[in-house]
This record gives sequence, structure tokens and C-alpha cells, in this order.
Amino acid sequence: MAGATRKQPMFLERESYRRRRLGDAARLVPFTGLVLLLLSGLWTTTAGAMIYIFVVWAILIVVIGVLSVRLMPLTEDSDEAEPSVPPER
Amino acid sequence: MSFNLLVTICLLYVVVLFAFAFWADKRAAAGRVGWLNSPLIYTLSLSIYCTAWTFYGAVGYAARSGMEFVTIYLGPTLVMVGWWVLLRRLVRIGRTQRITSIADLISSRFGKSNMLGVLVTLLAVVATTPYIALQLQSVTLSFNVFATTPGANLNQTAFVVAVGLAAFTILFGTRNLDVNAHHHGVVMAIAVEAVVKLIALLAVGIFVVFILAGGPGPMLDVIAASPIAEQTIRPERWTVLIGLSAMAFICLPRMFQVMVVENSDERHLATASWAFPLYLFLMSLFVLPIAAVGLNVLPAGSNPDLFVLTLPLEFDRNTLAMLAFLGGFSSATSMVIVAAIAVATMVSNHIVMPIWLSRQQGGATVSGDVRHVVITSRRLSIAALLALGYMYYVYSGGSGALAAIGLIAFTGMAQVLPALVGGIFWRGATRTGAAAGLTVGFAIWLWSSFLPSFGDASLIPASVYAEGPFGLSYLRPQALFGIEGLDPLVHAVFWSLLLNTAAFCLFSLLSFPSPLERLQGAAFVNVFRYSESAPGWTGGAAEAEDLLMMSQRIIGASEAQALFAEEAKAQGKLGYLPDVTPAFLEGLERKLAGSVGAATAHAMLMQITGGVTVSVEDLMRVADEAQQILEYSNQLEAKSQELGRTAQQLQEANEKLVALSVQKDGFLSQISHELRTPMTSIRSFSEILMRGETMAPEERQRYSQIIHDEAIRLTRLLDDLLDLSVLENGQVTLNNGEVQLDAILDRAIAATEQPDGVLTISRDRMREAISLYTDSDRLAQVFINLISNVQKYCDADDPELRIEVGDNGSRKIVDFIDNGSGVSAEAESVIFEKFSRGTDHRAAGGAGLGLAICREIMKRLGGDISYVSGQSGAAFRVTLPAAQAAAA
Repeated sequence: MAGATRKQPMFLERESYRRRRLGDAARLVPFTGLVLLLLSGLWTTTAGAMIYIFVVWAILIVVIGVLSVRLMPLTEDSDEAEPSVPPER
Repeated sequence: MSFNLLVTICLLYVVVLFAFAFWADKRAAAGRVGWLNSPLIYTLSLSIYCTAWTFYGAVGYAARSGMEFVTIYLGPTLVMVGWWVLLRRLVRIGRTQRITSIADLISSRFGKSNMLGVLVTLLAVVATTPYIALQLQSVTLSFNVFATTPGANLNQTAFVVAVGLAAFTILFGTRNLDVNAHHHGVVMAIAVEAVVKLIALLAVGIFVVFILAGGPGPMLDVIAASPIAEQTIRPERWTVLIGLSAMAFICLPRMFQVMVVENSDERHLATASWAFPLYLFLMSLFVLPIAAVGLNVLPAGSNPDLFVLTLPLEFDRNTLAMLAFLGGFSSATSMVIVAAIAVATMVSNHIVMPIWLSRQQGGATVSGDVRHVVITSRRLSIAALLALGYMYYVYSGGSGALAAIGLIAFTGMAQVLPALVGGIFWRGATRTGAAAGLTVGFAIWLWSSFLPSFGDASLIPASVYAEGPFGLSYLRPQALFGIEGLDPLVHAVFWSLLLNTAAFCLFSLLSFPSPLERLQGAAFVNVFRYSESAPGWTGGAAEAEDLLMMSQRIIGASEAQALFAEEAKAQGKLGYLPDVTPAFLEGLERKLAGSVGAATAHAMLMQITGGVTVSVEDLMRVADEAQQILEYSNQLEAKSQELGRTAQQLQEANEKLVALSVQKDGFLSQISHELRTPMTSIRSFSEILMRGETMAPEERQRYSQIIHDEAIRLTRLLDDLLDLSVLENGQVTLNNGEVQLDAILDRAIAATEQPDGVLTISRDRMREAISLYTDSDRLAQVFINLISNVQKYCDADDPELRIEVGDNGSRKIVDFIDNGSGVSAEAESVIFEKFSRGTDHRAAGGAGLGLAICREIMKRLGGDISYVSGQSGAAFRVTLPAAQAAAA
């Protein structure tokens, strides 16, 4: 495995670099969402909590919507340039 | 509104669904998949996550616990927005590995272990049962709302609904036999139902918010004034429920079915990543308002699980109530259909088929049989599953809150998650670990969550709750290890998943995986790097045509056809396609093995027959053969390199031969010329002599002299040729004897002495005092030749020859070095060849045989002669015979 990793260039071109960071952003979304949703407990009124939760929810939908549209071309054939996980444990 | 009208509308709705499904199936069969295969349909099909529990239960949940209901949707939302992390990988694995269910995924990942498949299937059956019961309960309750006689026999209604759903699902879900094919009809029906339930819930919600409450602002006031306002979020339940619903979303058999198995394009996931959370957002948007208004408006004591129905009915909105009823009905039916299909697939693939195959002697090589068994087992599984659901409904009392039942099912299926996530991210996960984790999780879930769900004292005696089984207080179902005071759900989720994960990791670390496990582990974890194309065959039946096609590729068209035709003839059939009998397969395998090796042929036939998965032994054998092939090819490579070297040598030899041939041709013309010149002069002078009677005696004398000289020249040339020929053929006889080197040299110099005496010869007599045992005449001949060569070819004005005697370690050498210009580099390599001569033809007394003769002589004598370059002039080194020199 190490051999395959070594063959990759150390730095990527600007475009590939952007695409990888886009994938990183998509990975961050669920965790950010989880943290924000766990904060719902801070609201003392049900109505307040409801509004907060639905706002966070809507933001998550919009953010992942924007990211997914850009990530779409990277699925299927085009993602061999994208090592998504550390290779071997 | 009459009950009969309700039933009629229900049936009509079912007919419409049927029509949609039928139409979609026909369209797909005709190849016009088009938008049936669109991200929209995919997203809508995911909506089977929202069951009747969601449709009715969420409102009830909200009425009891406030915002907590929303956790059931937040978990899946997080999973969907995190599609890039997990779902994308799962879908890719599902496609490359041809996964048919979640049990198949776990089994396939851990070395195609059927034991794990059975375990997950059992878990799925047990966890799906309460869920089915939940759907029966909600449909029953909703029917009952419309019933003219309140308090009618609920169990009876539930039974009718169960039978109806079973029939519906069997007709609907087993229309398509092929596990790997997409159920376009079913997916289409689900999509329609998704739209119906969304519209129904939104309609009720809008009615409640904008008509009953008078707009969003007043709505918030109603919520603030209702009992719900006092329900605060309990952090531990909140966190556990979000996690639990996220896990269940991935692991529920029906979700896995629509999300992974039915997925035909990874890009659909990208769209669903925002569209499905949006769907869930809309589904839950009006839940809290409906609950608040319901609590506010409806009489105390009415079931909050049915507010969606009872609120419109309370205000005589019959059409709205009807729509709401259809929404609930849709939620229940779509869930039951897909869950039943998914679980029935697991049961037939992992339990029924292995048992059936082990009871069949010949294996699954006959096509019709397998299909028949699969479809029968699937139909029976569906019926059995609904029967189980009905029994659960009856025995659990049918009164438990919907949400509670749903969460029990969630917790059960979530037990698969550690093995699933571990399996696709960690290569070190093993079958032993997965089995241990699943067993531990399953057991704790049964004890602490599933069995207690039947009611406080129905299956587990009350004393066990209080004191533990056999008085073991640390095993109390809802206070494991003596930790009390936890919410029962949090308690069950916490302990089951914690110990499940711990067992999974520990046993994975301690055990060692089989080769096939490691192979599969690598394929799963590295799915994005080694995405090989999915195998082209569809499981199930072996067709002679498929076999013929494969055979043709391996052994050639005419031969394969001949083989098949022969077999067909032996079976008494016309044409090229014989029946695929075990005997035929065996023969075919042997035939194919001749071309591709036994293991590969076996594996390929196994693929086409689809009967049994390739065993580890097969794979190892393939690996062994591959290794042998590698070694063989290495040997071939070495041999071909050797051949290359030989060819190179041959080519060099050939070049030399060609050069020699050219040289020989050149010499033949030369020698003809050489022979002809003296012959001509002999002939002309002899003619003159014949005719010239009056010739003066001096003239006659002179002419005779010329004839004589020319004859001598001819004789010498012929002698040389003869000499060489004799030497080369090894016919020479040597007269060996004791001789002194200086004596031979003296002889040679004396023989070559010329009257004018131009050549100066320098010698070192001291060193020449060596006695040899050899043929002195032959050695002298060599020396004479060398000295006369100097006389002929040395181009110095004052020619000089040094004769130096030395030794090169073991042997004595004699160097003949002159002060001329030497021999050119290109001439060097051929001077010892026959017929070669120096470029200078001035003194062409010889025919160019001298050095060739010398070399032959030295070879015979056991010595050598060579040209030494880099001296002051031409230098020849004669290496004297070794043994004789030593003997002397």
C-alpha cells in the first residue's frame, strides 16, 4: 500500500486540491450538524428549541445541497484520484 | 363517512398502486427505464423510513415528550448529509460485490460466512417483527377511528389487515424473481406512496396551523400554552436517540434494501443527500403544531397517536381525514412491503437455500428448481413474517405507545452497526469478532429491551425485574450490572452497543482471519481503489448457452460447438445445446481445465452455475496455479534470454562466415590469377621454344629458366595449399624430438638469408638456449614464414627484426618484432585466416596462406601464434608448446 501512496505526487494541482478539500468539507458537515443539534438542549422552551432545530436543519440541507452538486462529478468513475481513507491500518 | 366507503377507497387506492407498479415494471421490461431510474424516485423510495409510526406516532410522541420525536429524523438527516463518509462507500461496495441484503453484506465481508448471514437474518426477523406489529396496530387503530361501532374487536381487524398485507406483498414483492435486478414496480409504488403521505401530512399540518390556529404566530402561542411546553429536552435521551436513529437508518433491512440494493447510480445519493433531509424536514415540520392543537382541542383522554385522523374528523373535514387515512395506510403498506421483501430475501438466501442445497445431492445445477425453491421460500417467509408481526401485536397487548415499539426495533437492528462499520473501514475486523459482537449485542437487546416490551409481567416475571434471574441482581433486565435509574431505552442502547463493540474489537484483535476473509476485507475497505467491475452473470440458473459462450471463449468456437453438439447428440437432442447435467458439467470442467487449469475452470463453472460460492480451497488453488504459471513464465523468460544470446552468437558467426566467404571468393579469383600468370608465361615461352629452332642457345637457356621458375612458383603455391589442407584435416604426422630453440632459429634465419642482406636481425642467444621437445622442421617452418614476412612486408627503409624470447608465466614465448608500420586494426582480425594477405602486394610471392599455415602448425604442436598490437611495428608472438617445454 505504501508503494501506491508513494507514487502519488506530493502536491496536487490546484483543481485536484480544491476537489479534495470539497470532500473534506462534505465529511465535516455531519459532525458539525451533530454538535449543533446536541446544543438544542440549551433551549428551555419547546417553541424556542423547535425554531432552533428547524433552522439548523434547513442550513444543513442548503450546505450539503451546495456541496453535493459540486461533488456529484467526483462520484462513479472520477474518484480514483481521491483516496478517501487512510489506506491500511 | 361509512366504514364500507373507507374500505372501498382503500381497495381503489391499492388498485391504483398496482397499476403504477405494473406500468413501471412493463416500462422497465421494455428497456425504457428513463426517469424510473432518477434521483427523485430514489429519494422518494428512501421515504419508507417514514412508516405509520412516523405518520401517526410522531404526533403522539410529540404530545408525550415534546421535541424528542424529531431525533428520529435528525439521525437519518445526519447520515444523509454525511453521505460522502459512509453511504457512498456502502453503495459502492453493494454494487461491486453484488450485495443482496444487509445479512449478505456482513456475510460477504467476513469471508462469505453463512453463519454470520444466519445471525443477522435472525436479528432482522426478530427486530422486524415488532415493526410489522407496529404497522398492524396503526392501521387497525386508524380503521377503528372510522368504525361505526367503537370498541369492535381490534385483534380481528388486525388479523384481516395482516392477511391483506401478506397477500398484497406476496403479489407485489415476489413478482420479480431476480434478486440482483431492481424492483422498478415496487420502487415506483413506494415513490407514489411517499408523495401521498407527504401531501397528507402537509395538508393536515396546514389545516391545523393556518385554519385551526390562525397562522404561525398564534401557533407558537398555542404551543407555549400547551402541556408540551413543559417538556424539556433530556440530554441523555436526546443524544442516544439521534445516534440510535442514525444507526437504524443504515441497518434496517428495508432501508438497506432501497438505499444500497436498489441503488443503480451513485449520483442519486448526491441528490438524496439534501432532498431526503428536506423530505424529513417537511414530514416533521407540522408534527408539534398538530400535537399541541390536538391536546388543546380534543377531549382529554383521546389517543394522541391518532390526532392526525381525529383532528380533521373533529371539524368534519372528511376528505382531509380520508387523505390522512390514506397517508397512514401508505406509510404502513410501503414499509411492510419493503421490509417483507428485504427480510424474505435474507431468509431465503441465508437460511432456506443453504438447507435446501445441503439436502440436494447434485447441487443447484438445474435451473428451474432453484427459482422454484427461492420464490416459494420467499413467499412463505413473507407470510410467516406477517404472522409473527400479528402474534407480537396480540401478545404485546397492542396498547404500547407506537414510538416505544419502533425504538425497540431500532435498537435491535443497530446491533449490526459495529460489524458493518468495522467491516468496511477496518481490515483487521474478523468473522470471530463480528460473530461475538452480534451475539453479545443480540442477547443484551433481547433481555433488556425486546422481552420487556411484551409488558411488565407477560414473559418475564415481575420478580426478575426486581431481583434478577435466579436472584442474580446484576442481571436485572433494566438495571444491568446494578446500575439503576437509567431510562430503560438509554440503558438498553448503552449496554448492548457498548458490549457489542467491545466484543467485536476484542475478538477481532485476538482471532486470525481466513484467506477469503482477508481477501474480502481488502476488497471492502479499499473499494474505491480496486473497484473492479461487477461480475456479469446473474445468480440462479446455469444455461447451456452461457456455458457455451464461456466455453467458446476458452477453447475456441468450433471445438466448443462440437463438444456441445456431441453431448446433445448423446442426450438424444437435436441442435447444439445439451441439457446441463452434472455429468456434462463435470466433463466440461475437465475439458476447460485443459486450457485454463483445473481451479480456474472449476471457479468459472461455479460462477455460471451460481450454485455455491467459491471456496477458500478453490481460491488457494487458483493462487497456487497462478504461482506455477509465474514460475513457468520466469523459466520461459530465462530460456528466451538464452536463445537470444545464442542467436546473437549465431549472427556473429554468420557475419564472420559471410566475411570469410567474400574473402574466399576474392581469393579464388586471386588464385586463378596466380595460377594463370605462371601458366600463361609457361605456355607462351614453351611455344616460343617449340617453334624456335634457330634460337640462340642463350635465349633458349633464358626461356627455359623462366619456365622453370614459373613451374617452381606454381609448385610452391600448390604445396602450400596441400600443406594447409593436410594440417587442417589433422592428417599431419609430427616427428617430435629433443631440439634447441636457438638451433631452429639459426636454421630459419639461414633459410631466409637473402643475398643483398638488407634485414638486420637482433637476437639474444643466452635466452634462446632452451631445449624443446617438438617437431623441429615444423617449428622452423613457422619461423621461416615469419621472417620472410618481415622481409616481404616491412616497409621501413632500414628493416630490422628483433627476436625476443621470454615467458608469460608458465610458457615460453618468442616474439618477432619489426620496425615497420605494422598491421592495421581491421586487418588484424583476419591476418590468420586463409587466403588473407597484407595490403602491400609488392612482394606477393605467396598466396596468403603463410600465417594460416603457421597457426595450424602451432595448434598441432600444442602452442599458439598471435599478433601483438601496440609494438614498434608488426609483432608476432609464438607461444611455444607447454608440456614439451616443461619436459625439457
